Amino acid sequence: MSEKLLVNPIECAGHGACAELLPEMIAMDEWGYPIVDGRPIPPALERDARAAVSACPTLALRLLRS
Amino acid sequence: MTTATHGAPAEDTATSLPRLLPRSGQHPEDWHAHMARHGRLPYRDRPGDLILDLSAAGLTGRGGAAFPAHRKLSAVLDAADKRRRPPVVIANGAESEPASDKDATLLWLAPHLVLDGLQLAAEAVGAEAAILYTHTDRRNDVGRRLGQAIAERVAVGADRVPVQLAEAPPRFLSGQETALVSHLAGGPAIPTFMPPRITERGLAGAPTLVQNAETLAHMALIARHGPRWFRQVGTTAEPGSMLCTIRRADGTPRVAEVPLGMPLRSLIGDLGPDRAVLIGGYHGTWVPAADAMRLTLDNASLAAVGARVGAGILITPPPDRCALTETAAAVRYLALESAGQCGPCLNGLPRIAAALTEIAVGRQRRQTQADLERWAGLVTGRGACHHPDGTARFVRSALITFAAEIELHRRGRCSGTSRKAFLPIPRDSARTEEDWM
Repeated sequence: MSEKLLVNPIECAGHGACAELLPEMIAMDEWGYPIVDGRPIPPALERDARAAVSACPTLALRLLRS
Repeated sequence: MTTATHGAPAEDTATSLPRLLPRSGQHPEDWHAHMARHGRLPYRDRPGDLILDLSAAGLTGRGGAAFPAHRKLSAVLDAADKRRRPPVVIANGAESEPASDKDATLLWLAPHLVLDGLQLAAEAVGAEAAILYTHTDRRNDVGRRLGQAIAERVAVGADRVPVQLAEAPPRFLSGQETALVSHLAGGPAIPTFMPPRITERGLAGAPTLVQNAETLAHMALIARHGPRWFRQVGTTAEPGSMLCTIRRADGTPRVAEVPLGMPLRSLIGDLGPDRAVLIGGYHGTWVPAADAMRLTLDNASLAAVGARVGAGILITPPPDRCALTETAAAVRYLALESAGQCGPCLNGLPRIAAALTEIAVGRQRRQTQADLERWAGLVTGRGACHHPDGTARFVRSALITFAAEIELHRRGRCSGTSRKAFLPIPRDSARTEEDWM
């Protein structure tokens, strides 16, 4: 089963930890908020994706089973 | 076409309109007038039939999203069964779009039709509570009238599910489904993040059905006359009639009930090539008149110009107004009405509004238009609700439709000769959290 990243934009405060840990799938916009690639996470990036999710200080990023 | 303001009597055939609005014109219908026009509600002991009939009728939500009504009811019914939790049903009369007047008109003239539909929907999904949520400041005394209508029904024992009246705060987003649920739960009328969908977990965690007031009124008529009757007007793909708010240059806004698929030309009149139509209000799309004259009022036709029927708002500003100034004022209002919860909306909308104002006042810099395009892209799809998406769509359509006017402004000129605002913009914006309560 593949997983996708989902950001709750209300909780997100733009700390930027996710983009640092998973630059392959998360970019920052010019205001410091994440632009998240919504496609299934490739197996090679699963570890980093989990790290990004756990690192979010506001618990705004989560993994969604698809 | 029949209008609320003229209310011309028409023959009582299946295809004649209006269906929803009383033919007596502006006189609001009380319980007796309502029963005389429509008669009793059928199949109340077979509530499941409503969902089947709505599916056959092809009724879609008239609040703007055009989501199939039967699918929403089915989703709530399924969630209620699965979780063994009685659902809540809400009639959404909070048409927060300042340019729209159709739900307020319907609730004022034919409140019992909406309340019939609310009752049928509640019975169909096995709800134990129903709420009518609406603005009460749009019409004099509409709150009192709706209270009377509910009392009339209680007096004759018309309703099996008790109905509560709830007031929506005067904010643009207060009719958004999750904002509505948040407000009814005692909080501010600001959107919350999905999932879960409110059909699964909404008000107090119960499966929650929210239907636009007009959608419920159509349900009340489909229950009485059947899906085949409903389909006698409209197109095959988009059947039935809908209420529109039409704001033409030459007069006061009027609410008309028209069949889907009606030529726009017959709704807004012949417009010269230098004019434009705003379809769908402030989350809608500016369309050049030359295109509009070839289109019909249905999503299949409007898709050709990237527009949607939405809640049926059609606006044709007079030729003496500057469309850029008008749009900039509306976008400023939209930016002020952002709940400010999501980073891209909080940061993007004020910048978009300011850039559009720069263009409108002839002070655009070399990068202003490129900034606007980029910001419109950056805010789209990145909010908890669709407020940034709708605003971006509106702005992009203005940049395209008014390209010649933008060029004129860049050279320090403007085709507008009147500074009097045409698009209706509420004066007050939210300052504190109290304004969302």
